[in-house]
Amino acid sequence: ILMRSTPPPAKYGGRHTVTLIPGDGIGPELLNHVREVFRFSCVPVDFEVVHVNSAVETEDDISNAITAIRRNGVALKGNIETKHTMPPSVKSRNSVLRTSLDLYANVMHCQSLPGVQTRHKNIDIMIIRENTEGEYSSLEHESVSGVVESLKIITRNNSLRIADYAFRLAREKGRRRVTAVHKANIMKLADGLFLQCCREVASGYPDITFDSMIVDNTTMQLVSKPQQFDVMVMPNLYGNVVSNVCAGLVGGPGLVPGANYGRDYAVFETATRNTGKSIANKNIANPTAVLLASCMMLDHLKLYDYASLIRNAVLTTMNETRLHTADIGGQGTTSEVVQSVMRIIQSKGQLTSEL
Amino acid sequence: FCSSTWLKNAIQTVTLIPGDGIGPEISSAVMKIFEAAQAPIKWEKRNVTAIQGPGGKWMIPPDAKESMDRNKIGLKGPLNTPIAAGHPSMNLLLRKTFDLYANVRPCVSIEGYKTPYTDVNLVTIRENTEGEYSGIEHVIVDGVVQSIKLITEQASQRIAEYAFEYARNNQRASVTAVHKANIMRMSDGLFLRKCREAAEKHKDVKFTEMYLDTVCLNMVQDPTQFDVLVMPNLYGDILSDLCAGLIGGLGVTPSGNIGTNGVAIFESVHGTAPDIAGKDMANPTALLLSAVMMLRHMGLHGHAKKIEAACFDTIREKKVVTKDLGGNSKCSEFTDAICQRVKDMD
Repeated sequence: ILMRSTPPPAKYGGRHTVTLIPGDGIGPELLNHVREVFRFSCVPVDFEVVHVNSAVETEDDISNAITAIRRNGVALKGNIETKHTMPPSVKSRNSVLRTSLDLYANVMHCQSLPGVQTRHKNIDIMIIRENTEGEYSSLEHESVSGVVESLKIITRNNSLRIADYAFRLAREKGRRRVTAVHKANIMKLADGLFLQCCREVASGYPDITFDSMIVDNTTMQLVSKPQQFDVMVMPNLYGNVVSNVCAGLVGGPGLVPGANYGRDYAVFETATRNTGKSIANKNIANPTAVLLASCMMLDHLKLYDYASLIRNAVLTTMNETRLHTADIGGQGTTSEVVQSVMRIIQSKGQLTSEL
Repeated sequence: FCSSTWLKNAIQTVTLIPGDGIGPEISSAVMKIFEAAQAPIKWEKRNVTAIQGPGGKWMIPPDAKESMDRNKIGLKGPLNTPIAAGHPSMNLLLRKTFDLYANVRPCVSIEGYKTPYTDVNLVTIRENTEGEYSGIEHVIVDGVVQSIKLITEQASQRIAEYAFEYARNNQRASVTAVHKANIMRMSDGLFLRKCREAAEKHKDVKFTEMYLDTVCLNMVQDPTQFDVLVMPNLYGDILSDLCAGLIGGLGVTPSGNIGTNGVAIFESVHGTAPDIAGKDMANPTALLLSAVMMLRHMGLHGHAKKIEAACFDTIREKKVVTKDLGGNSKCSEFTDAICQRVKDMD
């Protein structure tokens, strides 16, 4: 994504250093595969691994991770589990990371993949989700025993910022229409403000059509006629719902990569941020989403050739039904998919290390 | 809730609120079908257009309230909310008047009305009084707005217990609590705790918990894995519409609202469709299926089954169906076809 506002990170000797947070569940194994593919393809990226232990209450681990990302500018991460046994004061580590680094835009591109069987075809939706405020403000209190208030914060600044990001991205990618998703008929002030900001930004892009849709109708439309959507922009919680619905429509959590962009930092992960605890360490997880996320990261580092090389290998592997993992209806293993990716890369004649 | 204390031959009076737009014609359709099925129901029509009481407070007309309080059971068509300044949403007014705390939507795939999803058979139970729809919003400083989501122990307990009771009374195997307690640790955490407590008291029903995003992700890939879902207001709003979309939209989805003191109002959740009002084009399926839900709630399972089967058979056969269902018959023709089937069943 060519967003000039984020400066390219510093590099020494032509090599980039990227922070890697393995996370929980399937994160560690899949990110190991990414490193395997990168090593094999001689990608000039070194990973600085930072572990975040979800079982401890202190904030040291996540602070270290944040510091490392500040230093390197770019990160690739797995999802960090939020244990319910912890007291409510222990906030979601993923959320803390996003807000501390002000990664205000969560971007997800949902496209139907030709090799994957789904109920709906020809889906091509870009989802831009406000990533730092809204319902995820983590401002809660129990005023009286048994009465809990949770604050949803919407600000003019962040709404303008995300709307601006959405329209700039739409223009850059040659997209025709931006739809704002909201519930302003009920949350008149909060979502009303968000909608108002989108309208203001839209007026500066007369070449792009702008419309809006209420979130419940949006989900209904998505499951019946998803092809009608182009670019969608929305506050945090609706973004959570819509991105998961769209990921499900194109084939599931194993396929779609996601990116979190801020002014100074960028963090890449799977779009639906699942820990996948139940399938961890069984060699059955789908590595596609993580591999494609790593390609998005390579694009961000302006290593376009490497990004294309790996991405093409992954998408070509997708067309081979024999190699499909369980989540998309096959019986292939994670390592079989990764081996196939590396074989295709090797066949392109690039310099590679030993298979 | 599914009380079988009603004598099978006793005529039950139900408050009927035809509503606006296509409301009156679909209500007539339902009454006609019920008559053909010889359902022991007497209809008491009432208008709920809000009036201003002494002191300027908006309220539903006293005769409507009195009727509902007496009959306990109501069937309602779509309502317009006038744009007049200060006029509250009609649905909101009804909700507050009768403390309708649970919104129940069974979503079952309709054979003969094809959607990309088959074999959907789930129920969404949505807490309908608090949560994100508390209506409490403030402008803190210029450009910063705060909207308050309210979760109380009392309301959470009430909806959780209703969900398990519903599951028990309707032979449903499991209840899934939908939440985002990883992010909203305290509010959704409280909701979840109450669900867990209710689960303890209903060990015969399986209980699971799932994040809202995981539910969305899985719902669009395989809706058959879900049974009864219970959740706070906003998630319920979104999910119930998503599920309606899976089976074909609001034109074929029934809905029921359960209140305190035994009040229950069943309704169609589509709009008033002013563009086709009065043209004999409307599809009464949603209101009819809501009326069937009402019969089941009242314990009149035999009549419910008969009417529902007649409706589904007519849709499946596709010979006499309305435009939105893929045919070009009039509402009255569709209604007559169902009436005929109902009579033939006897």
